[in-house]
This record gives sequence, C-alpha cells and structure tokens, in this order.
Amino acid sequence: MAQEYKLILKHADEPGYTPDIECYLRHGGYADLKKALAFAPKTLPDGKTQSPQEQLRQEVMTSGLRGRGGAGFSCGLKWSFVDRKSGKPIYLICNADESEPGTFKDRQIMHKDPHQLIEGMIISCFANDVKLAYIYIRGEMPEGAKILNAALKEARAKNFLGKNILGTGYDLEMYVHRGAGAYICGEETGLIESLEGKRPYPRIKPPYFPAVLGLWMCPTIVNNVETLCNVKHIVAMGGAAFAKLGTPNNTGTRIVSLSGHVKKPGYYEIETGKATIGELINDPKFGGGLRDGRKLKAIIPGGSSSKILKAGEKFKLKKKDAEGKEILVETDMLDLPYDFDSLAQAGTMSGSSAIIVMDDSVDIVGALANLSEFYAHESCGQCTPCREGSLWMSKTLHRLTHGEGRAQDADYLVKTADNIPGGRTICAFGEACSWPVQSFVAKFKDEFVAKGAADEARRAKEAASPSEPKQLEAAHH
Amino acid sequence: MSFTATKELEAEVDELMTHYPVKRAASLMVLHAIQEKFGWISQDAVQWTAKKLELQPINVFEILTFYPMLRQEPQGKYAIKVCRTLSCALGGAYELHQHFCAKLGLDAHKHGPQTTKDGRFTVEFVECLASCGTAPVMMVGDKFYEGVSHAKADEIVLGCK
Repeated sequence: MAQEYKLILKHADEPGYTPDIECYLRHGGYADLKKALAFAPKTLPDGKTQSPQEQLRQEVMTSGLRGRGGAGFSCGLKWSFVDRKSGKPIYLICNADESEPGTFKDRQIMHKDPHQLIEGMIISCFANDVKLAYIYIRGEMPEGAKILNAALKEARAKNFLGKNILGTGYDLEMYVHRGAGAYICGEETGLIESLEGKRPYPRIKPPYFPAVLGLWMCPTIVNNVETLCNVKHIVAMGGAAFAKLGTPNNTGTRIVSLSGHVKKPGYYEIETGKATIGELINDPKFGGGLRDGRKLKAIIPGGSSSKILKAGEKFKLKKKDAEGKEILVETDMLDLPYDFDSLAQAGTMSGSSAIIVMDDSVDIVGALANLSEFYAHESCGQCTPCREGSLWMSKTLHRLTHGEGRAQDADYLVKTADNIPGGRTICAFGEACSWPVQSFVAKFKDEFVAKGAADEARRAKEAASPSEPKQLEAAHH
Repeated sequence: MSFTATKELEAEVDELMTHYPVKRAASLMVLHAIQEKFGWISQDAVQWTAKKLELQPINVFEILTFYPMLRQEPQGKYAIKVCRTLSCALGGAYELHQHFCAKLGLDAHKHGPQTTKDGRFTVEFVECLASCGTAPVMMVGDKFYEGVSHAKADEIVLGCK
C-alpha cells in the first residue's frame, strides 16, 4: 500500500516546529551546508582533480533530481549548461512564484520551514560559484516574504550568508524579490525580466537560455523551491542513495497538492511513482475518497495546464515483464503511478504535481470556462496567437456558459487552441492555455456540443415566438 | 499632492537599491514600498521613482500598468481579494464573492476591483492564490483566510474597523 514519505516536509507540520533558525538548528539544520563546504578536492583515477563544486554538481546529477516546478527537467543537466567560462558572475534565482492553479506546496515550505530552502540554496550557490542569489516570491504571499526575510537575517547573523561563510572564504548574498500578481513571472525568462525591473515578457530561446544569457545577460540558474530543498537532502544522503527513492528516472519524493472534490484535500509527500492517482484520491491516508454519493468525473493531474484525465480512461503503459522484456499493459487512469513518465505516457503530465479532482456534480464546460478566463487574464500579451487566442477561447466559453452558445463552438474552440502552440509563441504559455481546451473538448465533446445545441434551439424558439419572455438568466461571471 | 517621499521611504528605497547591481531592478520593490505606505501609486510617485532609479518615467509606468497588484488609484482601507480560479470555484468562491458584493452593495458582475462609496472596502475577484486545498480562500490586505464560509466572511467584515 502506498505510504506518505516525508523528506522535504519531515518537520514542517510537527507540533512545536517553528520557522526560526534555533528550531531549525535543533533539528540538524545547516549540517548539510557544513558537509558541502567541507568537501575536499578529489583525484580521479585518470589523474584529474575534481573540485568540491564539481563533486557537488556530480552528486546532483547522480541523484536524478528533476525540476519540481512543472517541466520536470533534470536539475543536474540544467546546472551543467551553465556557462562557467564567460568570466561573468553566475546568478541563482529561486522560483517561488507558485501560481499554477491547483498548486500550493511551495507555500508550505516557505511558511513553515524557510531555512530548509535557504540551506538548499546556499549549497546550490556554492556548487555553482554563485555570489548573489534571489528568491522571487509571488506578490500575493506577503507573509511568506516576511518569513523569508526574517530567516535570511538570522542566517546572516550566524554567518551562513554574507562574507567568508563559516571561515571558508566563500561569499554569498541572498535577497527576497516580490512579484506583483502576474502568472507569467513563473516562466523563467519572464521571471528574469521581472527581476530586472521590466515587464515580464518571456525571452526567446535561442539565444536567451538563462544558463548562458540570463539575469543581466549573465549565466543564471532558475530552480523551483522544492527542487532547491532537495539539493540539501542529496548532500545529506548522497546522490546514489537519493536516486533509490522513488522509481527509476523519477527519483526522490514529490509533494502532491490535492484539491477539489475529495474528503481530505491537502498536500501529501510521496516517493515519486510509489502511489497511484487512485490511491492519492481514495486512500484514507491521502484524499480519503470523494464526497458521499458522488462519482468521479475527471481529474486535472498536474496543475491547470496539464491535460485532463476522464474517469474510466485506459492507457497502454510500458512495463517490464518477468524476463525484463518491455510490454504494454492496459492501465486505468486511477492506476497510473503518480510520476513524470507514467503521466507523460498517458498524454498528460505531472507538472507541478497538483491534482484537481472533479466529481459528477461538475459542469465540465463551466470548469473549462473558469480555467480559460484565468489564461486570458494571465497571457502577457507579447505574442499575438496567445494574446488573442486565449481571449477568444475565454469569450467562446463565456457565451457557452451564459446561454449564448452554438453547437459548433466545440470545434471552434479546438481550432483556436490548435493554432496557438507549436512554435508560434515565444514561451510555453501558448501550450499551457491550449492543452486544457484541447483535452476537455476532446474527452467531453458531447457535453460541449449539447450545451451549444440547446442554446441554439432555445434561441430559435424565442425567435419564432417573440412575445414569450426571455428565459436567459442574468449573466454571472 | 498625493505623494511626498518621507525620510522613512527614502531610507527604505536606498536600502532596497543595495540589493541589486543594476538600479532598475529595484523598481518593482520600490513600487511595493510606495503602495504599502500610500495605498496606491500616483503619477508623482512614478516620477519620483524614475528619478531615484535614474530611469525614464515610462520605464516605471509600464510596469505599474502591467502588474495586477499595483494600483493606479486609491483603494479602500480594506482590500478584499477573493480567489476565483478552479479549485476555489469548486469550493464556492463565486458564491463567496457574490456574498461580499451583496453585503457591501457592490455589483458581482463587474470586472476588476470595486470600492464601496465610503471608501472602506475594495473587493476584487483574483486569480489563484495558491492555497487550493483549503478553498475557498481570500485575503484582506496582507492577511490570508482559508476555508471561508459565509459566516466567516461576515466575521471578517465585522473585524474590519
């Protein structure tokens, strides 16, 4: 049976655990930083010397850690792209702009265990020769910003930050930078523009890969809060041991944000891939099942941008049989192991590991209208297909949910969605706003068509007998 | 005059500027500092910020107009933000927003922030506040509230003196 496995959230919810440094130190805090700082140069069998920084980066590579922000990109690989020969300073930014609807894991870490993040960041900075780092926290978390600022002050007072950290000669400064309510700032190049004091318009890649041309055109690492916390644990247990947590290629733990129609919504940390979607929803240790008398309609498995999974959907999942041969096994959506690769095989993603559960009381057209309004609001407006397309989709869904729909709206939505992503926009927001529309309509087309057709029929009836009072309810948006 | 830089603000901004090797980078944090003290960001404040950071006023104005949290006009003493996005909507956010609007004499169908005539409350329906597991959620100023029932909403309004 699936179990919770608390690595990052080991102490966060313990009674009496407080976010101050004394409490953190009592729980073994900053021991891993000391361990990292004490790494000695190592001579390899081929006679070359590996610096402590290279060894630390190697450990992260060995750990198999994948980014926890949404894309699931290898952290070690990301670090390996950093241009270390340019002579320019290297910057590190913690992406704490947690804004993907459904996601609320980084909030827990920052509010309850800020020093864990700071320790992970200092180690990551040391491993990458970073002297200046920022925590970009979303504007709507003023409390989190206060807690982090207080924690940074404490860390400075103990010389975990500042000049000549713990006598090692290593200098590092770290500051909190607050966003101001724009989802696009979670996109790493948009975030960099925002930090530079500009509108957060994402930059085009190539050439603006942050690892080469990032903050102030210098090499820059942007990592998610949870990812950076993991670095501390990789140092603690070693990359190889970390890689044994979870499942192959999906190592470590993940904090799953579970919301919507379950009895016990909340955040649950599991070994990646060691619990299925069904267990996360129904097991009393996790979501505790749906509300009484309700049936599952669909779930959004990895933040609002991920493609929806319909109850009862089956997928062919690659597995190894007893002889190690690869076979395809038919798997119900509830039996999908919750990890990066299984969800990718099901045509969706685990993204920011946020599951939104919808039971049979949900109007699926209304649910998509809600999400599309979000994307229309949050498109930065830089690229025409995204700026216009996200708004058209939202307007179409608005009329479908306000009695003004048409039967062909379903096809119109898909046509619009199909013309936004795929290299027509600078950043992946184009994909993010299209995937929900494409997948909702593909999997629930009858409901979209029925709604539009019913509106058309009603309007035709009204037109035939104009004396009848209009039945249309007042718009509610 | 809607804006006069106090010594306190000057000191805060000077300190913020030390965080960045490039002055322009401080602009968002400076605007936060101004809004915290004055409640909104006037054209005079934009001019002052631009001068302070050695920028053109348009450089500051373009970020003021982009970010939803930054205000170009005064808002109510209590800024109520109700989360609108899916998980909160599934948890009754639309009903909660309507409840606030009805209680405070505002129109729930209008887009954007609305302020009561007495200038005490501004109600805004905002996008995901990242606490989807405790829906519906909301903020009053910097304070965060989770699992807000209509009764709890009434208490919150009563608590705004």
